[in-house]
Amino acid sequence: MDYASTTPVDPRVFRAMSPYFTEKFGNAMSLHGFGQEAKEILEESRESLASLIGAKSNEIVFTGSATESNNLAIKGVAFANKKKGNHIIISQIEHPCIMESAKWLEKEGFEITRVGVDKYGLVNPESIGKAIKKETVLVSIIHASNEIGTIQPIREIGKICRGRGVYFHTDAAQSFGKIPIDVNKMNIDLLSASSHKMYGPKGAACLFVREGVKIEPILHGGGQEAGLRSSTVNVPAIVGFAEACRICKKEMKGEAQRLKILRDKLIKGVLKKIPGSYLNGHPEKRLPNNANFRFDFIEGESMVIQLDFLGIAVSTGSACSSVKLEPSHVLLATGLKHEQAHGSLRVTLGRWTTKTEISYFLKVLPPIIKKLRDISPFKKHA
Amino acid sequence: MPKKISKMGPYTKKVFECFNNPKNYGRMKNPDGVGRVGNPVCGDVMWLYIKVGKNKKGEEIISDIKFETFGCVAAIATSSILTQLAKGKTLKEAMKIDKKKIISSLGGLPPIKIHCSVLAASALNKAIENYVSKKKNKR
Repeated sequence: MDYASTTPVDPRVFRAMSPYFTEKFGNAMSLHGFGQEAKEILEESRESLASLIGAKSNEIVFTGSATESNNLAIKGVAFANKKKGNHIIISQIEHPCIMESAKWLEKEGFEITRVGVDKYGLVNPESIGKAIKKETVLVSIIHASNEIGTIQPIREIGKICRGRGVYFHTDAAQSFGKIPIDVNKMNIDLLSASSHKMYGPKGAACLFVREGVKIEPILHGGGQEAGLRSSTVNVPAIVGFAEACRICKKEMKGEAQRLKILRDKLIKGVLKKIPGSYLNGHPEKRLPNNANFRFDFIEGESMVIQLDFLGIAVSTGSACSSVKLEPSHVLLATGLKHEQAHGSLRVTLGRWTTKTEISYFLKVLPPIIKKLRDISPFKKHA
Repeated sequence: MPKKISKMGPYTKKVFECFNNPKNYGRMKNPDGVGRVGNPVCGDVMWLYIKVGKNKKGEEIISDIKFETFGCVAAIATSSILTQLAKGKTLKEAMKIDKKKIISSLGGLPPIKIHCSVLAASALNKAIENYVSKKKNKR
């Protein structure tokens, strides 16, 4: 129940990929038959990806990870548009790869505005409008939060950016393939997506770059991916990514519906069975596979480990934060106190989550919470 | 149902034993000394309660000890092992229990969790100091 961290490769994806490791191993830049075969499947894959979000295939740049895509988007646009200005707007609940890139750009002389969110983790589009100024070159807002699952009003934010002549990037690593995205209807200029969050292999990701957007590469070399991402193209992983997209395109609607029912059963069950439990994030505007809870008086890691003993994998804030001791910046941005943020648990469902698993979770969680509360000093003094 | 995978993550087997089956936890009625350390902001809070008695030689010993902890696996495990180390010891001996002793009794702690052992040791020190100062005031 930690599908937001990563997903297993769908067997159908694996089957599509496997010939490209051995027989069809060509380098897409080579002129001979092997190379051309690779080139062909690469372009076919690009088309599959583009069609999932209403883009043109020449607007898709393949990268190695969503982190790389996000770095390319914000650093690439920042440096390419220096003449226009040095101001970038992000939110306080971005993924660390955006937060850290922004911090680095600050050191390089750029100005960063980090707009806040409400208690559900929602960005108010008006606050973006207010933050845009003459020097603003880019607004980057995460589509759906990797931690609390809140889905942002991307179309409205995009509209404001479009109206003001500012590029708009969204990190869609968690939403891509799970909920519908149309880059035209949603006024998106750049979009990052990742394969391993949607049953594709690790090591493949993409950045959608709308035709005409001024952007500089951050990797220089052989000029692959229209000069935006030099590196030998990872054909097998991209073939897998494309197959994962085809499957999502076909199955997204039904799967989202199925997950939503499981998610709501989970949320209802937890809130009902456990006193002093709360839902983090928005009750409706959230990813169909995300539930994020907090529990009074106890700490997240203890819950994660207890659940792990019982064969259930969940996470605290996000897998990325688990090496740090600070509570999640996302939960703090929604106004939670440190000790509340520490007591949070993220449960994310996926393609192989069953009703039985949800029932099992609901059965084993209450005694774990009770035991940890018995150990905690806060229960009776609060 | 997914099969149970036995793995230790960053922790030793002993840490998990102490975490999963903690000893001496809960509130103590009328303790002789209380030590409260930590801060919910950093995610670890330990409250330690002691009862002081005397051994056959007439030395003051920790006759009972209990903890209440808000925190991670390491915080709960260090609390539990501390109480086991301290129970029955003379106050002098108990004061000597330091982070090194706690860490070695757990077979090691990940570097990022060393502060939990410091916290546990200082909780015990504070509880004993609290007892000593209360006794002084009584006189």
